[in-house]
Amino acid sequence: MIAIVDYGVGNLFSLISSFKKIGADIIVTADAEVIKSSDRIILPGVGAFEDAAKKLRESGLDKVIIDEAVKGKKLMGICLGMQMLFEKSYEYGCHKGLGLLKGSIVPMQDSIPANLKIPHIGWNALHFTRESYLFKYIKNNDCVYFVHSFYADECSDSVIATAEYGKQLTAAVQKGNIMGCQFHPEKSGEVGLNILRAFCEME
Amino acid sequence: MITKRIIPCLDIKNGRVVKGTNFKGLSDVSSPIELARFYSDCGADELVFYDITASYEGRQLFTDILTKVASEIFIPLTVGGGINTVDDFDRVLKCGADKVSVNSGAIKNPLLIREAAHKYGDQCVVLSVDIKRVNGEFRVFAKGGREDTGIEAINWIKQGVSYGAGEIVINSIDTDGVKQGFDIELLRLVCNEVNVPVIASGGAGNMQHFIDLFKEIPDIDAGLAASVFHFGEVAIPKLKKELKSNGIIVRL
Repeated sequence: MIAIVDYGVGNLFSLISSFKKIGADIIVTADAEVIKSSDRIILPGVGAFEDAAKKLRESGLDKVIIDEAVKGKKLMGICLGMQMLFEKSYEYGCHKGLGLLKGSIVPMQDSIPANLKIPHIGWNALHFTRESYLFKYIKNNDCVYFVHSFYADECSDSVIATAEYGKQLTAAVQKGNIMGCQFHPEKSGEVGLNILRAFCEME
Repeated sequence: MITKRIIPCLDIKNGRVVKGTNFKGLSDVSSPIELARFYSDCGADELVFYDITASYEGRQLFTDILTKVASEIFIPLTVGGGINTVDDFDRVLKCGADKVSVNSGAIKNPLLIREAAHKYGDQCVVLSVDIKRVNGEFRVFAKGGREDTGIEAINWIKQGVSYGAGEIVINSIDTDGVKQGFDIELLRLVCNEVNVPVIASGGAGNMQHFIDLFKEIPDIDAGLAASVFHFGEVAIPKLKKELKSNGIIVRL
């Protein structure tokens, strides 16, 4: 069973629908015991980092997720949920993340050419930089759907795919059982569903 | 790099797609769910659902259908039509829409853009503008293009962006329905003035019009159309191949 952590950040409709579509056994939950008894965890999130980090901390679920991940349970963060896996974010100040992956979240502004629009919105190609089971059913250069203004930097030990937008932006990360997508697999058509499928099947 | 987007628009009235279609293999050509799946399978990058229903019952039907589409189709969905309040945003976002397009509602109350952008993020708010040339200037029209508001279009668009609109749809009334190509002059002007994605609408009659659009205005993000797709005059898989062979980056 996959626990989708519901900590009041963003709309989970599409994510839930896409897991149902691929026939995954999911439960949407904010209950620590349910998360502990699950065999995989999805950490979603849309919105501002500070607000999301605060909500996760206040719910006490931050510690539960860290404990489970350290024990080896498969954990995937999506969009802001991926960003939360890192040590810190410089989105409007400096805020602490879960610290499960090395690196920090930084603004695109000033690090990509000024003529490029921010947020980075739309379909962009994935460039694999490492092998990952997550890519089992997809190909290098397949397109996925992005919506973000901040990205993970100084994370060379976990990056598995990038997307070119003025520079190579971190698109997906994995370090053992801990992984994440900056893009939205639940909005990326068949390619996205195939990434979720691989996550569900990963041994 | 970000790919250029091709977006079919479906007009929905009382739960059915209004404009007729004639695709092989579709058992029900006016079913929004069947058409949405067809376009998604064809490689449409996004879908726009425009609700032209006026009644409360029709609106309920629309949200039921949207929920079904969003449970089956996993590409970005934009909803427009009858969006006048933040509650309207809430209603369609809960059913699985990703973006909400405002037009007359924002003309009546420009702060709707700011409130919605604050609550749901800029990326969620699409400002759709119907524009027509009047006495040598570009004017904003309301109520489905029937009413001249007297507002100058470029200023209105800039105001909308400053209030938090994350994307702009430009529908040129002058080129709409004529099928002689997109309104390059107007679209170029808008692209030079704003730094958010701009979607071109109105005037597509064939594949060459899309090629011209993306070649002449490298900053344009997407081409939106309804009847050329619905009537099969332009087939999306072929269009995308053609765009690619013309050096335009698309998702295949």
